[in-house]
Amino acid sequence: MRSLAELETRLESIIVGEGEKTSAGELLKCGEEILERWIEAKEGNPTTDKYEGFRLLALQRQGARGDASFNACRETCRELVYHFNLLSNMNSNSKDTTSCLQMMTLVTNHLVLFVGGKIQQAGLGEFCCSAKPLHEKEL
Amino acid sequence: MTDKRTKYQKVAYYPGCALDGTATAYDRSTRAVGKALGLDLVDVKDWNCCGAMEVKNIDEKIQTYLSSRVMSIAANEMDMDVVMAPCNGCYHNLKKAEYDLKNDEKSREVVNKLSGKAGHTTYQTGQVETIHALDWIRDTIGEEGLGKRVKNSLKGLKIANYYGCMYTRPRHIFPEKDQGPSSESTSKPHFMDDLLAAAGAVNVEFPLKTACCGGAHTLSDSDMSTKLVLNIIRAAEAAGADVIATECPTCHSGLEMHQIRAEKRFGAETKVKIIYFTQLLGLALGLKPKKVGIHENISDSLSFLKEKGLT
Repeated sequence: MRSLAELETRLESIIVGEGEKTSAGELLKCGEEILERWIEAKEGNPTTDKYEGFRLLALQRQGARGDASFNACRETCRELVYHFNLLSNMNSNSKDTTSCLQMMTLVTNHLVLFVGGKIQQAGLGEFCCSAKPLHEKEL
Repeated sequence: MTDKRTKYQKVAYYPGCALDGTATAYDRSTRAVGKALGLDLVDVKDWNCCGAMEVKNIDEKIQTYLSSRVMSIAANEMDMDVVMAPCNGCYHNLKKAEYDLKNDEKSREVVNKLSGKAGHTTYQTGQVETIHALDWIRDTIGEEGLGKRVKNSLKGLKIANYYGCMYTRPRHIFPEKDQGPSSESTSKPHFMDDLLAAAGAVNVEFPLKTACCGGAHTLSDSDMSTKLVLNIIRAAEAAGADVIATECPTCHSGLEMHQIRAEKRFGAETKVKIIYFTQLLGLALGLKPKKVGIHENISDSLSFLKEKGLT
């Protein structure tokens, strides 16, 4: 499994177009990897189950169990699945494929940055990016 | 719709700390648009902080009390039944306080005790309805009414509508949302899209409309905020947008500041303009840029607006 930094670097190289090619499958896998990292950081075992046909969605549900703030990335995961489905039905040589893949990369990058930020803050607050544990230590 | 049209005509206005400070452009444009549309705003007297993130992170019950005080003043001292909060943080916190007071006995106890100590009437759940500036304009004037009042169409302007994370989350504090086609959606919000389309704009498909802007990371990890913002901006540009329309002062400031920082820190230059939806609506209604605080935004969008024939 890749580190957060490796995932970020890989996605950034695709975004800035350094001749890097990607695929919907690779991006979906990146999304699963970051969710696995989150679940492992919370001392869980990432599920191999699927929800609505996607492991990504099952992992997101697992990640939010006991931590409702993780639902803040539910729509991002659903957008990722939506783009995967779009790309699965497109002609690989069309112009639409290029722009759809570009958007899917940016959606994946958001998921990686968002979850990476939450992992960094470990412990977490009531909402997405708050820092309750830090304040509690100060009191 | 008709009930709300009448009910929201005159509302208690709760600007909150952001609109009184970093987001004066949002405050200015909200008031200007209200005036242009013939809607009444009555400022909540002696309002206080809603508890934002800072207080909530330390003690959620104190946040509930602070938000309840604002609602209590509106209801008990001003005899108002609607509070309009354009700031997503304030809107979210007042909604959360309403939910907690309805469902949590401990919250009611704390609020009752602190209200007594502070010497004001305790807020009772249901006394006021909290709405966002989007609800206010959409439910009083509506898309059709707005379209009829447009003097300077936003035609040709491609907009990515960015709602941020607090306008729809968590779902349970917004019971009025997801109630069918005429209500707001928590997974795919569209009120801002609807209003700007009525003003002539073209809304682009934007998959990150409710994604986190990293606002709360700004001080503890600025690079993370910059990366999140840069990604949102890149997605808007990839979708073909000229403008990101905002309705949250925290998101707006973050987008503007980190757009500049992204260029300095990562050499990533982006061109999309960040403009409050109320500023865009004001321009469409024929108001001058200064009237809607375009000069108060951090980034300069005046020449862009001139190019588009909107000044």
